[in-house]
Amino acid sequence: MSAAVPPRVDPGRGLSLRVTSKTPAADGVVALTLTDPTGARLPDWTPGSHIDLILPSGESRQYSLCGDRWDAHTYRVGVLREPGGRGGSAWIHDELAVGDLVGIGGPRNRFGLVPSSRYLFVAGGIGITPLLPMIAAADRLGTDWRLVYGGRTRGSMAFIDELAGHRDRVSVLPQDEHGLLPLADLLAEVDADTRVYCCGPAPLLDAVDDACAHLPSQALRTERFAAREQGAPVRDTPFTVALGRTGTEVEVTPDITVLEAVRSAGVEVLSSCREGTCGTCETTVLAGDLDHRDSILDEDGRAAGDCMFVCVSRSRGDRLVLDL
Amino acid sequence: MTAVQTLPTLDLDPFDPEVLRDPLPAHAALRDAGPLVRLPRYDTYAIARYDDVRAALSDWQSFESSAGVGLTNFRTETPWRPPSLLLEADPPGHDAPRTVLAGILGPRALRRLREDWAADAERLVSDLLAGGSAEVDAVPALAEAFPLRVFPDAVGLGRDGREHLLPYGDHAFNAFGPTDNALVLAGNADVAEHSGWVGEQCRRENLAPVGFGADIWAAADRGDLTHAQAPLVVRSLLTAGVDTTVHGIGAVLHALATTPGAWDLLRARPELVRGAFDEAVRWESPVQAFFRTTVRDVPVGRDGAVLPAGQKVLVFFAAANRDPHHWTDPDTFDPTRDPSGHVGFGMGIHQCVGQHVARLEAESLLTALLTRVTRLELTGEPVRHLNNTLRAWASLPMRLTI
Ligand code: FES
Repeated sequence: MSAAVPPRVDPGRGLSLRVTSKTPAADGVVALTLTDPTGARLPDWTPGSHIDLILPSGESRQYSLCGDRWDAHTYRVGVLREPGGRGGSAWIHDELAVGDLVGIGGPRNRFGLVPSSRYLFVAGGIGITPLLPMIAAADRLGTDWRLVYGGRTRGSMAFIDELAGHRDRVSVLPQDEHGLLPLADLLAEVDADTRVYCCGPAPLLDAVDDACAHLPSQALRTERFAAREQGAPVRDTPFTVALGRTGTEVEVTPDITVLEAVRSAGVEVLSSCREGTCGTCETTVLAGDLDHRDSILDEDGRAAGDCMFVCVSRSRGDRLVLDL
Repeated sequence: MTAVQTLPTLDLDPFDPEVLRDPLPAHAALRDAGPLVRLPRYDTYAIARYDDVRAALSDWQSFESSAGVGLTNFRTETPWRPPSLLLEADPPGHDAPRTVLAGILGPRALRRLREDWAADAERLVSDLLAGGSAEVDAVPALAEAFPLRVFPDAVGLGRDGREHLLPYGDHAFNAFGPTDNALVLAGNADVAEHSGWVGEQCRRENLAPVGFGADIWAAADRGDLTHAQAPLVVRSLLTAGVDTTVHGIGAVLHALATTPGAWDLLRARPELVRGAFDEAVRWESPVQAFFRTTVRDVPVGRDGAVLPAGQKVLVFFAAANRDPHHWTDPDTFDPTRDPSGHVGFGMGIHQCVGQHVARLEAESLLTALLTRVTRLELTGEPVRHLNNTLRAWASLPMRLTI
């Protein structure tokens, strides 16, 4: 990849929030609370939403909101130190301090809670975070729910204490005590009216996906923090992107993204994760045959062919027309 | 802290026909009286200043909607129909219907309607002007005709019975007022018939395979809503999507016909059309006010007034939209103004989910008119249509000069 262009933080939407607490939540996990330095309300959000935390490099990382939405003045996120990561979580753990201001994008929700008469929540490690507000919502609605929460060791699993009031609904199953989560058994019992929400590392998601094969496709909702594996682009030759509003055309060679090409033509598109997971760079497509390479759209969304995430997705054909 | 007894009190009936005919003096009195005003007539309260209205609308945690956004308190009284899953709901139940409808009515989804609606508006206008310049009553001929032409098709309604839409919506908005009020009593006579028709149209088999209605049912098939919720979400479209737009278009036509230079300005600068519609929504506030209900004691304004828990409070969008502490020359309709931040569509999680539809309808019709009509002027006295929640015209006699 060519040198990264720093993301543009939209001044109209970007927020700068103050870190008001930073407390250990488990081995390798810190919980941050963030508030507006002027005391203003924070933007509304729904369970499953995430925010972007903007790093000093200008890159961003996505973290699920895991606080209480009835408190309009505080966001809470849980951050796992990722030893093999790109440095974002290490900076949050080692550098970011109480009192600092940090840039925020979002909130956005790609993992919304749909109405149901029963929920099965499956969390792996830090994947518990988006599920906490969902549990609060299910509880408030009086919906039947159950949580199965796995992790390496009990000490590595954050927020267990907050689930203490729901002992009869929650199974905490650290791997060193119980082995891998008994997914096949759990999911075999699930009926078609239950919605399964799963968040955690990719192997867990894949295993849950397999174990849900007998259920209708809408039964399972997952969120991936990391990008889905994508094969090679369909096309290894350049293609043209035409910008419908300005009439400009740019060439996209195999070594650059559509986002980079569009920017080089002087058109700003807001971006954040640059790996097709956050949804910030969504762009309307007016014409063309798309090579979707994001981890966001489902089959229907891909088939519709009317939008793309220009940070990763490309063209199958010679030409795309974008509404830019 | 101000004790409840010392709150400013106004002996004002916001639903009195004379107040409905000209609410501006009442709104000014409410703003002047204080951030929080008691209205003993209905044992309720009012908020009318811009900052306080905006704060109350944003604070869904303190001001709930699920007790109803009219005077009737759903906690203690029975609503006249099953509550709306959008307007009369709070999180978390509100989340999924809102998310689904926001997608279906979002700017991206509306793009496919843009060309059709522009063509429809051109046809409507050229029919009116077939014999050259024309004198029309702009309420039935334009403000009602255009939304009734495009919106029911966009939803996917059948041809028959569309005449129920306006009276149904009108009654629903009246019913946010006191149940023994003359407008509500008058509407009660036919409401069963209108409701029955509306209810029927919300069923999947009565909706066209393409349209907002079908999109809502498809969302239920995907599991984003339950199948039991789908007809009520369709009902929200049919209740809130017609009268409001009609009155918004009536407002902008009236504003453009009575503001010197405005028509010429828009003809010269068509890029102002969208802003002009929003400015009309600010200026006229087709939806004047909704109630909220406090879930705890809530401070209002800066001088320590406290609204006690469990109380109904009337939140005046219209008064906020003309608050001189927020707007320069609030009583002037100014098509060059940036009306951003007006609360004519509400604010916060309940902000009008159909606002993009309303804007597209208004823009389509105005653009068609501006292309053909060189002069727009009133030819007689406009007549108000009274409604407990809506500000509307019954008649706008106008000359369209080509
Ligand atoms: S920038 Fe995140 S999806 Fe493209």
